[in-house]
Amino acid sequence: MNPETLMNILIATIAAGTPLVYAALGELIVEKSGVLNLGVEGMMLVGAISGFITMAKTGSLLLAVSAGMLAGALMAMVFGVLTLSLMANQVASGLALTIFGAGLSAFMGINYTSVALEGVPELHIPLLSQLPVIGPLLFSYDILIYCSFLLLGGVLWFLYRSRPGLILKAIGENPKSGHALGYSVLRIRYLAVLFGGAMAGLGGVYLAVAYTPMWVEGMVAGRGWVSLALVVFATWRPLRVMIGAYLFGGVTILQFHIQGFGIEIPAQFLSMLPYLATILVLVIISRDQHLIRLNSPASLGLTFHPEKNQ
Amino acid sequence: MKNMWIKSMLGLFTWVCVMAGFTFSVHAADPLKVGFVYVSPIGDAGWTYQHDLGRLAMEKNLSGKVTSKFIESVPEGAEAERVIRDLAKSGHKLIFTTSFGYMNPTIKVAKVFPKTIFEHSTGYKQSRNVGTYMCRFYEGRYLTGIVAGKMTKSNKLGYVAAFPIPEVIRGINAFCLGAKSVNPDIEIKVIWVNSWFDPGKEREASEALIDQGVDVLTHHTDSTAPTMTAEEKGVYSIGYHSDMSKYGANAHLTATTHVWDSYYTRIAQEVLAGTWKSEAVWGGINDGMIALAPMSKSIPADVVAMVKEKEKAIADGSFHPFSGPIQKQDGTEVIPAGKQLTDKDLLGMNYYVQGVLGSIPK
Repeated sequence: MNPETLMNILIATIAAGTPLVYAALGELIVEKSGVLNLGVEGMMLVGAISGFITMAKTGSLLLAVSAGMLAGALMAMVFGVLTLSLMANQVASGLALTIFGAGLSAFMGINYTSVALEGVPELHIPLLSQLPVIGPLLFSYDILIYCSFLLLGGVLWFLYRSRPGLILKAIGENPKSGHALGYSVLRIRYLAVLFGGAMAGLGGVYLAVAYTPMWVEGMVAGRGWVSLALVVFATWRPLRVMIGAYLFGGVTILQFHIQGFGIEIPAQFLSMLPYLATILVLVIISRDQHLIRLNSPASLGLTFHPEKNQ
Repeated sequence: MKNMWIKSMLGLFTWVCVMAGFTFSVHAADPLKVGFVYVSPIGDAGWTYQHDLGRLAMEKNLSGKVTSKFIESVPEGAEAERVIRDLAKSGHKLIFTTSFGYMNPTIKVAKVFPKTIFEHSTGYKQSRNVGTYMCRFYEGRYLTGIVAGKMTKSNKLGYVAAFPIPEVIRGINAFCLGAKSVNPDIEIKVIWVNSWFDPGKEREASEALIDQGVDVLTHHTDSTAPTMTAEEKGVYSIGYHSDMSKYGANAHLTATTHVWDSYYTRIAQEVLAGTWKSEAVWGGINDGMIALAPMSKSIPADVVAMVKEKEKAIADGSFHPFSGPIQKQDGTEVIPAGKQLTDKDLLGMNYYVQGVLGSIPK
């Protein structure tokens, strides 16, 4: 394998992992607030088609991203009303959201199958992108990938360095105490759920507008579920979520290179490998029972209503 | 009074029945209703798109004599059976089902509607009122192989493939033989994506092939992603199903396309005339079912001429793409010089010829 090929694999890895980074970091915030939204796949799909249609109609990436985020947030709002205000079961509502999203996105995309987009141009940062090795590896992506780096920084700062982040985590641990302290549990959870929806939508937009760039029914292809798994297996820690996402992307890309090199591993086994490798590695790096208990939100998936839980 | 009311209602009812019968008898003399069942949306390139072009051509050629209706995105399996049944029930006397997975549903529905004629694409089960049809893609693959063999500089050709079944393997081998006939040094790298239609995977596979030095890319999958990737990366591509040149103005050299215009017209004519018989049709260039998309300007004139000449030879039967001597990867001879593989050999092909790298996933 020559260095150039290796470089190409690494660059492709980052791109393949980016939709997972968005969706999983969004879901991480949701789960930290104590809500389990299994509808990531559905929100990604609706975000993807909304972004795709906007991009095809207007050609503006900014509008496409906004539309995708808005669509994801609207989907999340449906989930929020059901589970937070009406206190429906979160697992069932999340599953319903995924099924609904799959159908809705397919319906919205009827006239957009096999429409091709230009894609998003890579942003070569002057000077920096000309550095050997580091240049192409760090400074030659499209803007949405840079934004995902910013998102990681933002989430890290929010959770570990800011007061609102502290409140969010407290509510995820024990909503009753939060409520007793005078915080509006429902409002904070609504905001977290909406943020998660917007990020899932953004992940979908990246997939449909920059990565493929094409719309196909069901194109998210399980990435929403992988994002959910990433959050759990990374024990609710943003940096590990990111590592897991790139690992998944890397193995996805690598399987095609392995075939091209003529290494004799069955293609079906290779197709399975990204899932297996990601979960295995994350389980191994996060196997400290004490840390798992410390990081997992204690009230995850439990309904809470201020009037009922007095 | 009440009695009167009932009588007049009865009278009205009888009148409606008579009128309905009358309209029905008028309809019987109406054009032949032809139904089409598609596995994916029509879109603007690909398998279903080509079939729909065939449908439109049939309507145009037999205007006034046929009407047609299509149902798209029908999943293979139980849902397909319902759709086919509905078409038959609503008076469609000729029904084309255009995907392999419709085979059993078609056969099943055909038993219930013995007066309706069914034509199933790519399957192998026929019955008294079910015929099958498919086309000899390998003839087009061989010709595009010639183009690829002449246009490559790295002598590495890439092939994004869906599933390791004889149909796909035959295409890879034909492409390889075509390329080798003009450039003995070429090698073919194959990547299996285990999907007929997955632009994401097709793109990733195309990128991997290009990274490994491939400079002419072709595919046996359904999306335009390989052509688009080739365009982005500045290498050549050869399309499949449809002319994909609008997805790769510089990259797209030509494409193996399948054309159903004359076939659908002919079958509808036979049904109209009452001469239709259940057949298993396997048509190629000769029958107008396989054609190459227009050649790109970047192909030198002598190569175009060479391809045209071979195309004519295949059409008139003087040349067969699988003519001996052909060797498998390990050098064992499949068929000696002067002989050709039979249709039975072709249908069961499960080995790579010399020049294709890697091995077939088991």
